[in-house]
Amino acid sequence: MESNPPKIVCFMCNWAFCEEEMHVPYNVNIVRVMCVGRMDPALVLETFANGADGVMLAGCKPPDCHFVDGNLHSERAVKMLKKLLVLTGLGAERVKLLLVSPMEDKGFGYYAKEFSEEIWNLGDCPLKKAELASTIKANIDAAKNAASAFRLRVLLGREEELTEFMNAYGEKISEEEFDALLDEIVEAEFIRYKIYHLTKAKPCSVKELAETMGIKPSAVLRHITNMRRKGMIALDRVEGYTPLYKALEVR
Amino acid sequence: MAEGKVGAVLVVGGGVAGIQAALDLADSGFKVYMVDQSPSIGGVMAQLDKTFPTNDCSMCILAPKLVAAGRHPNISLITNSEVLGLSGEVGNFEVKVRKRSRYINEEKCNGCGLCAQKCPVEAIDTYNKGLTDRSAVYVEFPQAVPLKFKIDREKCIGCRTCQEVCKANAVEYDQKDSEIVLNVGSIILAPGFEPFDARLKSEYGYGRYQNVVTSIEFERILSASGPYAGIVLRPSDGEIPRKIAFVQCVGSRDAQLGNNYCSAACCMYSIKEAIIAKEHVPTKLDCTILYMDIRAYGKEFDAYYKRAQEEYGIRFVRSRVASITEDPATGNLLVHYVGEDETPRIEEFDMVVLSTGMQPPKNVEKLAETLGIKLNKYRFCQTNIFTPLETSKPGVYVCGAFSSPKDIPESVAQASAAAAKAMAIIAPERGKLISVKEYPTEKDVSQEEPRIGVFICHCGINIGGIVNVPEVVEYAKKLPNVVYAEDNLYTCSDDTQKRIREKIEEYKLNRVVVASCTPRTHEPLFRETVREAGLNSYLFEMANIRDQCSWVHMHEPKEATEKAKDLVRSVVAKARLLKPLKNPTVNVTPVGLVIGGGVSGMTAALELANQGFEVHLVEREKELGGHLRKIYYLLEGEDPQKHLQRLVKAVMKNNRIHVYLGAEVTEVSGFVGNFKAKIRLSNGEEKQIEHGIVIVATGAVEYKPKEYLYGEDPRVVTQHELEEKIAKGEFNAEKVVMIQCVGARNEERPNCARICCGQAIKNALKIKELNPDTEVYVLYKDVRSYGFKEEYYREAAAKGVLFINYSDERKPKVKNEGGKLKVAFWEPVLKQEVQMEPDLIVLSAATIPNPDNKHIAEMLKVPLTKDGFFLEAHMKLRPVDFQTDGVFLCGMAHSPKFIEESISQACAAAARAATILSKKALEMEGIVASVDEDLCSGCRICEYLCPYGAIEMLEKEGKTVAHVIEALCKGCGVCGTACPTKAITLGHFTNEEILAQVRAILKEMEVATA
Repeated sequence: MESNPPKIVCFMCNWAFCEEEMHVPYNVNIVRVMCVGRMDPALVLETFANGADGVMLAGCKPPDCHFVDGNLHSERAVKMLKKLLVLTGLGAERVKLLLVSPMEDKGFGYYAKEFSEEIWNLGDCPLKKAELASTIKANIDAAKNAASAFRLRVLLGREEELTEFMNAYGEKISEEEFDALLDEIVEAEFIRYKIYHLTKAKPCSVKELAETMGIKPSAVLRHITNMRRKGMIALDRVEGYTPLYKALEVR
Repeated sequence: MAEGKVGAVLVVGGGVAGIQAALDLADSGFKVYMVDQSPSIGGVMAQLDKTFPTNDCSMCILAPKLVAAGRHPNISLITNSEVLGLSGEVGNFEVKVRKRSRYINEEKCNGCGLCAQKCPVEAIDTYNKGLTDRSAVYVEFPQAVPLKFKIDREKCIGCRTCQEVCKANAVEYDQKDSEIVLNVGSIILAPGFEPFDARLKSEYGYGRYQNVVTSIEFERILSASGPYAGIVLRPSDGEIPRKIAFVQCVGSRDAQLGNNYCSAACCMYSIKEAIIAKEHVPTKLDCTILYMDIRAYGKEFDAYYKRAQEEYGIRFVRSRVASITEDPATGNLLVHYVGEDETPRIEEFDMVVLSTGMQPPKNVEKLAETLGIKLNKYRFCQTNIFTPLETSKPGVYVCGAFSSPKDIPESVAQASAAAAKAMAIIAPERGKLISVKEYPTEKDVSQEEPRIGVFICHCGINIGGIVNVPEVVEYAKKLPNVVYAEDNLYTCSDDTQKRIREKIEEYKLNRVVVASCTPRTHEPLFRETVREAGLNSYLFEMANIRDQCSWVHMHEPKEATEKAKDLVRSVVAKARLLKPLKNPTVNVTPVGLVIGGGVSGMTAALELANQGFEVHLVEREKELGGHLRKIYYLLEGEDPQKHLQRLVKAVMKNNRIHVYLGAEVTEVSGFVGNFKAKIRLSNGEEKQIEHGIVIVATGAVEYKPKEYLYGEDPRVVTQHELEEKIAKGEFNAEKVVMIQCVGARNEERPNCARICCGQAIKNALKIKELNPDTEVYVLYKDVRSYGFKEEYYREAAAKGVLFINYSDERKPKVKNEGGKLKVAFWEPVLKQEVQMEPDLIVLSAATIPNPDNKHIAEMLKVPLTKDGFFLEAHMKLRPVDFQTDGVFLCGMAHSPKFIEESISQACAAAARAATILSKKALEMEGIVASVDEDLCSGCRICEYLCPYGAIEMLEKEGKTVAHVIEALCKGCGVCGTACPTKAITLGHFTNEEILAQVRAILKEMEVATA
């Protein structure tokens, strides 16, 4: 391998991996958190924006958890995060949730090395490729906003209740159904924030936006109608036969 | 079940027709239950952008009716519900209704919308025809009545977010469907229509090509409140189209689909949509309407059609559209059509609008089965020409598009008409089931210093989320004369009304100010509350800090708070000067005067009599019947003469109706409730009567043609003369040429005479019936056999009647060449002139205004159209009212129409009249003008300017002075503004009050230090 080793950040549960010496490769750095359940998808996205090539979230294997079930929450958060990572173009593989039992004989170093190699094989983060950098940067921003949006956070926060216990009507929503809904909403929010950022930089037409994002203009238009309803965007001006939209300043 | 008859009516359907019927019934003293399956009322009209031919904003004219129905003490709205079962009989029905769960408690929901803002799930927005999305908890549109949210159970995931955020605790996930039983005396069906499903016309590509939209989708596209905010865009790429085609008759006039009827409104709405589209598109837009016939048959419609061509440059192409294909690269559409000359053409457009026809709503069979009524072969409600409002079940009436496709004014007229029918059978029960409110005696506060209470609303977070409401409350407390101020989560909620009354008592408040939303919807509620606490209801004023402050400044909370203070300060300044006003009342003489004894006048008189009112019916001729006397047979087969005889007999033997034949009304004076008329009787004597209302039913006359050798050659006759010949067995001809639009749609009379196409088809069919070998040619401009009359057009064509189009440029020529009657006309398919020698030329002579109209209009102080027909108060929503209260119109005095339409309008006029005659006294709005007689110069400017005829000139102590007839004054204030001596003051908006408000806005008043 000729290239430089990837930069990897690992958010590690304070209580997992009680080895005295962590034999981690020098390109893997650990940031301590109390529980992997703490890891907000938006923070992970920010980590990528700052130059990480891969991110690990390391915690305890269920049913063990110092905080009852923080690790289970992190599973749900990572599921959503991976959907967003696919949309950004970074790919789902760049994040790994590692839930390992302390009884396990392999130490953290083993997993760190393994992940580091996986990432190395993937190559540099697209953010570092000059021709992709600005797009990926914008995508990460949009994904960050999406992950911070009320809609997605409500879904994330309610997933356990809705899919494992019961919803307000005393019904349980199947995992598949919830996943499909999550897919739809994650994509919608991501696209809308993408549109938001693009139109914040300069007024854009539906066609321009569609071309930049590689999606159908009709889908862009529909998102714009919804964004208008939510006060995110407004018509800036009409040039010839083409309306240009601009993100609204305050949200 | 109650014994005997029940003074309540069920209205099924809450569109504009249902609303009108409900309002007329409720205003006439009946309890109304209005059941609609939608979560809010308004129907299709609530989705329209503008309305033809006046281009009024649809929502702007509908919203006041929505509010009126929503607030009416005698109307119960039962929305999100459906009729399950019916038992009992006419006069005493029991109706079982299922109220589907909203999952929101209607009593508690204040409509603040916080739930929808926070709902994480989106659903397709059906109000916007799927062009955008809405949240899973929703109201259909912001002006919805009732403004109660609903959870879309299909989409809701039960995440409880709405429940957590709802400040009114209105969310009830465990709410179940419930069943209620209503006891009513009669039933009105107004379920409306739904647009034809354009997918069924697969060759037009709807559903496959994104830029092919339906007309109702296009309405939403045009609407400023629609998904594209009023800019016309192509759904495929968001570009503004340059070239739009409107394809007419999609799902109408289509034998293949079995829809052998014309949807009656599409030609006009397409013209309207094309006009509005051109107005909305900033750059050049070409609009082309691809049509078979332009059916602009209504009042002033042709003038609108002409404007579309001449002013707006809209292109009209007579054609049949075979198919539409898409250029996938551009999303443009290739319209394949056959033009008038039968040549196939392909033309490219950016966008295509399909003018989808009307069809009965989906579940109508179930409704019909439940209620036991018959449907016709197209699934519309079955009715009869002479009983257009009756279903097959006694006591169940129908109005609007459910009985046949029709436009708004006709639906509204029919709605009032159905109300007349529904109330007539339970007339003795009038007033028995309605609530009459008792108020405490009014306190005299005239000697007191103003003591103002200010109530400031958070409106959930609508206001409170932006404006710092507690800060405004503290500010208000320091304003002069304010002795109490508080904030409320919802000032409009029931518990706050109670609180306001308590605070009035506790703090001895004598003025109340509410700072919240709009007075248009909420002022009546607060006035009522103030009145319930013993204050005069005009000692109340509102500041709009939501629609005009928090909503518009949602990104500037600081500024919004300051502005809210300004608005409150200015309204408080006005409140200090408020004076109590009296609602004037006038007694009503419960007697009607009907002018004109044709089918309309007789029907109106009978309807009034059936409701228990005395009627004077004045007919100028020596015989009743009018126009109907000359009609011998009808397209639909019924016998008009039999109906005429029945009608005359019923009128003559009804002891509530006084008939004056050979008589004329010579003078009408007074005003609503209190008219006096002079009638010149046939013997020359004069009779004076007193009456509460007037109905004008003076009919119209047939045009005497000056063209085509009429009057010179006996072989040239009018349709009426032909009809008479046929009826008397004098018809004998082998070749007949009919010429349409004689005396109509020309320079002198630009509008269509509506009924002549039907007449021509009727007579042509009759000729074919007498002798199938007789050749009949109809030279026409457009065949306007709208609604179910389309079937007869098709039948005539099938029987060999030849319809040949002519244009204004190439009118037919009729000449007498050496005794031979010849007609020459251009044949558009052959592209050459054809000459014929018919035995008979029949002119479809227009129906033109009664020459007496001018005189009657002057006598009643009501306006005429340019054409000379009477002009109603509003072309869309008040088809049988005049602007002057208490005066109504119906039948051909309004414009040419068929018998069933005249009957509907006549019943409608009677129902509208009943809203007045049913009251002992009318109570009017207290905001009226008053005249200082000392200052009045008697110049009559106010009398001239008043649009309501509310000013009369009186002689007082040798001086002419203006006097306001309070019963007619609507409080606009135009008279006062114009008065050269400033003698006129408008209550509640005096100069002092307005100026106090202005001063307070512009210059901060001295705030008392607290």
